Parts: sequence; C-alpha cells; structure tokens
Amino acid sequence: MNPGVHDMLAAWGPQAGHVAWLWNIFLAICTVVFLAVLAALVLALRRAPRIDAPAPPDLSTVNVPEPRLRRSVTMAVAITIVGLLVLLAASVFTDRALARLPLRDAVNIRVTGHQWWWTVTYVDGPVSETFETANEIHVPVGRPVVVQLHASDVIHSLWIPSLTGKRDLIPGRSATLAFRADQPGIYRGQCAEFCGFQHAFMAFEVHAETAENFARWRQLQLAPAAEPAGAQAQRGKQLFQSIQCAMCHAIQGTLAQGKAGPDLTHLASRRTIGAGTLPNDAAHLASWIADPQRHKPGVNMPANPMSGADLAAIVSYLGSLK
Amino acid sequence: MRQGPLGEQPHPHKGRTKDGLAGGELVARVLDATWADPPGLWGWFCAINHKAIGRRFLVTCLVFFALGGLLAATMRMQLSRPGNTLVGPDLYNQIFTMHGSTMMFLFAVPVMQALAIYLVPLMLGARATAFPRMTAYSYWIFLFGGLMLYAAFLVNSAPDAGWFSYVPLAGPAYGAGKRNDIWAQMITFTEVSALLDAVIIICTVFKMRAPGMTLNRIPLYVWAMLVVAFMIMFAMPAVALASAMLIMDRLVATHFFNPGEGGDVLLWQHLFWFFGHPEVYLIFIPGLGFMSAMIPTFARRPMFGYTAMVLSIIATGFLSFGLWVHHMFATNVPELGKTFFTAASMLIAIPTAVQIYCWIATLWTGRLNFKVPLYYVLSFFVILVIGGLTGLMLASVSLDSQVHDSYFVVAHLHYVLLGGAVFPLFGALYYWYPKFVGRLMSERLGRWSFWLMFVGFNVAFFPMHLLGMNGMPRRVYTYPAEMGWGTMNLVATIGAVTLALGIFLTLVNALRSARHGVLAGPDPWGAGTLEWATASPPRPSNFLATPIVYGRDPLWQGIPEGQPDHVSGLAADVREVLCTTVADAQADSRMMYPASTPMPFLAALATTIFFVGSIFTPWAVVWGAVLVAVPLVWWFWPTQGEAQEELALEKLDASLAAEKP
Repeated sequence: MNPGVHDMLAAWGPQAGHVAWLWNIFLAICTVVFLAVLAALVLALRRAPRIDAPAPPDLSTVNVPEPRLRRSVTMAVAITIVGLLVLLAASVFTDRALARLPLRDAVNIRVTGHQWWWTVTYVDGPVSETFETANEIHVPVGRPVVVQLHASDVIHSLWIPSLTGKRDLIPGRSATLAFRADQPGIYRGQCAEFCGFQHAFMAFEVHAETAENFARWRQLQLAPAAEPAGAQAQRGKQLFQSIQCAMCHAIQGTLAQGKAGPDLTHLASRRTIGAGTLPNDAAHLASWIADPQRHKPGVNMPANPMSGADLAAIVSYLGSLK
Repeated sequence: MRQGPLGEQPHPHKGRTKDGLAGGELVARVLDATWADPPGLWGWFCAINHKAIGRRFLVTCLVFFALGGLLAATMRMQLSRPGNTLVGPDLYNQIFTMHGSTMMFLFAVPVMQALAIYLVPLMLGARATAFPRMTAYSYWIFLFGGLMLYAAFLVNSAPDAGWFSYVPLAGPAYGAGKRNDIWAQMITFTEVSALLDAVIIICTVFKMRAPGMTLNRIPLYVWAMLVVAFMIMFAMPAVALASAMLIMDRLVATHFFNPGEGGDVLLWQHLFWFFGHPEVYLIFIPGLGFMSAMIPTFARRPMFGYTAMVLSIIATGFLSFGLWVHHMFATNVPELGKTFFTAASMLIAIPTAVQIYCWIATLWTGRLNFKVPLYYVLSFFVILVIGGLTGLMLASVSLDSQVHDSYFVVAHLHYVLLGGAVFPLFGALYYWYPKFVGRLMSERLGRWSFWLMFVGFNVAFFPMHLLGMNGMPRRVYTYPAEMGWGTMNLVATIGAVTLALGIFLTLVNALRSARHGVLAGPDPWGAGTLEWATASPPRPSNFLATPIVYGRDPLWQGIPEGQPDHVSGLAADVREVLCTTVADAQADSRMMYPASTPMPFLAALATTIFFVGSIFTPWAVVWGAVLVAVPLVWWFWPTQGEAQEELALEKLDASLAAEKP
C-alpha cells in the first residue's frame, strides 16, 4: 500500500512550503554556527600544548585581565545575538505568512478526534449538504481548507507533514487549522499527540483532487448508501442491521445509525480501514471484522465471531458501498 | 561550671578537645570518632554523614539510570523493525512512561543532587551539609518513591500516560486502574526529596563556607548547584500542585481538569511545563557546573571569565521560567503569546553561548592534560551544541508546528540531556571517582567506554532527526513497513546497543578500579578546589581543621605570606561546626550538629505508608499524618546527652574566661 507523501520538506502546499523555507534558513545558520564552534574548539585543541602529568597551573591570569580573550568572546557573543535576531525575524515572518493564507472560497471541514480514528464532517452549505466520513479527507486542489478541530475523548493532534504543521484537538476547546494543497495526490497524516494504546495506528489520508473530481466525490458522499445488488450482499445488509454492527456504525439510508464508530455509508470508496491500519480490500476487511484486536490491539471494536458465510455476506455488502 | 536555666548540668568533659592541625593524629582520631556514623547494620540505618548519604544516593540514582536504560533498550528492540511484536501497545506505553519518568525524576535531577550532597561541603571546606538528618530523610524518601514505582511496574500497574501525564488521558475517565495514581504519587515522593535537598544545598552554600570564600570565590560548580537549588524551590511546587490536583480528580472526583464540569485540560499543561521546562535546566545546569569544574583542571589554568560564567548561570536559571509555552505551541494558546515564548527561548541561548565561548577561551590558552574526563567534556561541544541548535528550531512556532511531537524532538531532547548532562556527568564520575573511592579509574577502559558511548550515541539519535521530519510521531509502539522508517530505526537500535556497551564498560571500570585502580592520593589531577585538599576518600569530618580561603582556586593560589591557613578552636569531641556570613564568609557563629539516628529512616517509612496509602483511600491523609507525626516528634525530641554537650560548649568559654581573669 502506497502510504502517500509524508515529509515536511516535500511540501505540496503553501503552509508546508513556508515552513520548509524557514527550515532551510535555520539549517543554514545553525550549520554555520556548529561548524564555527567546532572549528574554534579544534583550533584551541591544536594550539594548546599537551602535558602528561599534572603540571603546575598557569597562574599568570589570576586577577589580571585578558583583553584579547575578552574581545574575542565579546565578538562571538555579539555575532550570536545577531544570528539569533535573524532567526527570530525569519520565524516571525513565517508565522505571519502562515496566518495570511487567503481563505476566500474555503472548504470548511470539522474533524473530530476519537481513540483512535477521525470523524470528518463537511459542514459547507445547508444541513442537507453536510455529510460525514472517516479517516479520509478529500480536498480540491488550489482551494483553501479550514479545519475545525474537536476531540471527543482525549487530546489528539492533526498533522499532515507535506501540507501543514500540526494542531492539537483538545477536549473542551476548539481550534482551527487552515491549509491548501496545490498538487493532486495522497498525503498521509497521523495523530501526533500521544492518545493511548493505539496512538501508533491513528492515521488518515488527505486526497487532493481536481475541482471536478472533488465535486464528483462530494456528490457521491452526499447520496445515501446504494441498495446492494445480489443476494449475498442483500443478506449482508440484513445482517449488518440486525447484529451488533449497527450498534456502533451508521450507514445512511439504512436502519444502522450507531454513532460510536466510523460512518460506513461509503466505506468502499475509502483506501484504508482501521484509520490507516489496513488496506481496504475484501480479505483485510473480513479479517478486521472477525478480530480487530489482532490488527490493532486495544481498539474499541470488539471481535465479531460469526460463521464464514455471514462474514462473507457482510464483507460483500460493505464492498458494495461505493 | 554553671548550670543551665533549668538546673541542667553541662557535660563534665565534652567540648574541651579542640580541632586544628596542631593536635596531630590524636585530634584527628577524636574527630573521626565524633563525626563517624555508628558501625554495623543498625548504623547503616542511622547514617547521616553527607558522604555516606551522598554515596548511597549516587549509587541508587545510577541503578535507576541502568533500569531506565534497560527500558530504553527494550524500546529500541521493539522499534528496530516495522510491525515488531516483541512488546504490545499496553506494555510499550508503560515502558516509555517508565523510561521518561525514571530518567527525569529518579535519575537526572536526583543524581545531580546526590553528587552535590557529597561534593558541595568538600568544595566549601565544610564538615557536613546543613540539616544532616534531613539529608538522610530526603534520601530514604527518594528511594522508597522509586521502589514504589518499580514495584508497580512488576505488577503491571506502571503509569502509561507518558512522563508528562497529560489529562484527560491520565485522568479518571481514560486512565484505568491505579497506574496514573502511582505516577502522581511518585511525583510527591521525588518532590519532597528534591525540595529538601534544595533547602540543604542553599543553606550549606550560604552559611557553611570556609572563612574567606566570599561569594565571588565560590567554585563554579557550587554556583551551578546553588542556582539549581533555587530553581527547584520555584519549579517543583507547580508540578506538586498539578499532581495533587490530578490525584484528587482521580480519587475524590474533583474536576480540575474536566472540561465537562468547568475544568480545563490546558491547565495541566501550563502547570506541568512551568515545572517541566525549568526541569530541563535543572538537569543541564549541573552539567555546566561539571564542565566548569573540569576544564580549568585539565587546561591547567583558572577559568576565564568567572563573573560572566556566574551571571550566565543565574540568567539561564531565571530565563528558564519564561519558556514553558514552547512545549504547547500546537495548542490553541494565543498566537501573539507564542511569539513571546519564541523570543524568550532564543534568548536563553545567549548565556549558554557565553559559557561555551569562555570554555573554549580557557582551553585555547591552557596546556591540556588529556585524560578521560576531558574527553567527556569535549564531547559536550559536539552533542550539546547540536541539541541546542535544534532547540532553536523548536523555539520557532512555525517550525515547531512541523517537528513537535515527532522523532525530531526525541533526537533533540536526547542531544540536550545526554550532551548537556550525561556526558559531563560521566566525565565527572571519572574525575571525582578517586575522591569517592581513593583509587583512579582505568584510562584505557575509560577511553574505550568514551568512544563507544560517543559513536553509539550519535548513531542512535542522529537518524531520529530525519525520522521526525519524515513524519514519524513520538510514542508509537510500532509503525507500518510501507512508511519506510525501518532502516533508520534499525540504525538507531544498533547505535543504542553500542551506547549501552560503552556505559557498561564504565560500570566494569568502576567496579574493577575499586579494587585494582592506582591509588589516587588527595589530589590526583592537581586541581585547585578545596575537595582535593583532603584525603581520598575524606575522613568522616572532611577536614581536620577548617581551611581559610584567599582565592578562587585555593589549592593553586596558596596562602599569602604571614596569613593563617586554617581556623582552629572548634570542639573536636562534639559535632561543632562553623557558620559564616552569607556574602563575605566571615566567621559568624558556631553550631551543634545532631547525632546519628534512625529517625529519618523511620520517618521516611511512615511517610511512605502515608503516601502509598493515599493512592487507595483519601483517609490515609488523616491517619497518615498522625503516623508521620510519631517519628517526627521523636526525631526532634532533645536528648539529655545532646543538651549536656550543648551546655558544655555554651558555658565553656564563659567559665574559661572566668578562670583566667
């Protein structure tokens, strides 16, 4: 499974771009400082004579000023201060540039962090045009995205290295994060704040698409789940609504309206399951449903013992939810 | 001889034998008998001599260091390849929490205090630390706190919410069982211990210096520990408050951190980091002190820029309280406020830079005696400087938004803490080992150990910078293979094994040299500070006579013509010490020291029952207070013997004066 781009220096949007620029400045100045300190040290070591046994100390400097040394040290401190001011200025101007991302015509999304997955709600337009998905954020290329951040349980942090730096999702507080993707592609993100057992597998993907593709995807997501074709999938639907699945999961257009787990209305359109834990194909889905603890120990979804035929029916149904 | 106010009799003969070099071996033996702790197993529990306590404290901290290191090794094994199943998420979370908590609370800060308990009185020319019984109590409390944490780990109840214990994850709703209560109470233990040690160090430095050691002649290491002690006084109460609130949230359902009931999650972070950032400097500033102690010795000249160095240490201590929000740049605290903390975080680089330049200047103009401690000192300039520079990156709000909570920070903090504290500490162990043991450690093994540590450290931690920039978050128990983080993690693990091997060699060296090392004599390095003026290891009373100081490096600068070199006239057969004035260290008053007693041990035991009990029931606070009061009352109850000795000292001079008209 291609994990998608995830590198703070491989910037694919203006926000990550500004930070990558800042990184280059910091790296350059810090490298120069490091080499200068090292050079001074090496010179000092080469210059100072070696003695083997502890020789009598050199007391000529007691209560005697050392103007040459003092001058050099003062100069070095002065240069340090100038360097720090440059870094400070670069940092402040980058903060400003990040805050000035134009937000006209923005896509508004609400992301809610849970242990250990993400609800993604598209909140633009009237209520009839809002919809919910999970662990996969689709955005149109070139349009700004404003993400409202919420947490339902503990603190999480949203981080998409190639698009933008991170921002915490804190219970009882709200925050926003704005970014823009300038090239189509898949960008991987992950929770960055330790949030318990499965902090390691709390990933998500940002799919940046052309305007047409995004509009098509949006229309698809707005629609309720398609009626499955075929007897097996039909049976899967009946099963899904009648056994424990529906207690936690919602599939719009069916009786399943649980809110504890991810919305599965268009599960088959997503690339991963378990918040980036497994690729979304029939075999992995079946294995996941049968025993999620095997793949993501500690996850809130329990094991679901059932017959092979039942499992196949449910997987077939879920696979039809394009 | 006259009686006391209540008719008590002064001791018939105590107080008449005086210390001083003129008394020769006879007085030396009397001093030994006076200051030694009682022998045997019972005596072991009664010990209050700062050298005995300091030695134990140091060994205990090093054992915790080894345990923390084993936990780290387990983590590196788990992360060496993607999808590894050596430890699961539950155990891993306990392990990384234990590693962080051990290293921060049971090793890094206390080990510095332990060394200070041993060394500071020696460097000041004092007979003991201030409050010797409290020194013992603080050690026992520390030991019991650490034992409680590891006992909990053995029964699968170790804390698992990180060494920072963020709520709500550590709170009552999401932190199951007693795990995080154990963490909060471990804080209470180490808290009490650290605060008491801070009081001890401050009082020792201010009131117990040898006459003539004015404030501007105090060794730089002692200055560093003085600043650290003051920082502890101001930083630790914040985390004590926070952990008390946490345990109340968990135990008696207060809602300090529950947003649903009007509490605030970020309150925890503010309180924790108001302690947590100075904590980094609590660890780092003693490292600076070690550097300033060793560099003049091995460069064979006094430190260049003493005043600038002292002011830099004070400035660092002061500024370290203005940086805490840079741990919270990813939260929604106001942006303008964050910029202030960026500026403050960069500002603190200046005093550190001043010290680095002064050290280089000292080396530049010195003659180098290239021994193992100097290797460790020099590694500071590579490792700490890298850590400091990446620290500047983390100080920038924008840059931090990318690297925060990623492996970049893991790399950064290890570069700072190992480069700034552990490598100088190892240098310090080689440097002062002869003072503890009387023998030198092997140079050959020491060099091997150093190079393994230095190379292993860099191989282990440098790749983590790249991993973090590649998107690897901290505190993950594993990662998928397709992320491409496997190779660098394997390299890091190989480095970690090398580092561990290097540390192990130093352990072997220390154990071997205790038997087979070259005898050191009082001053094997030809150093200038007072601890080298006395035997290695020092006799129970440290100095046969209190030295008088005329310069910053008393052993180098010697005694001016016609001036006395020591003070005599303190009682040798009673624990009498000389107190001096705060600024100028002029002889001020004489003080009686208490006898060795098991009361600190028993009081610490009672305190432990109190603290551990209050993890399980709030009523333990009530009956625990009574329980602790019993040994404390006993502890402070004056004995007849002590009263007699004190009276003898008090009346002696008056009666002598009366006898000689």
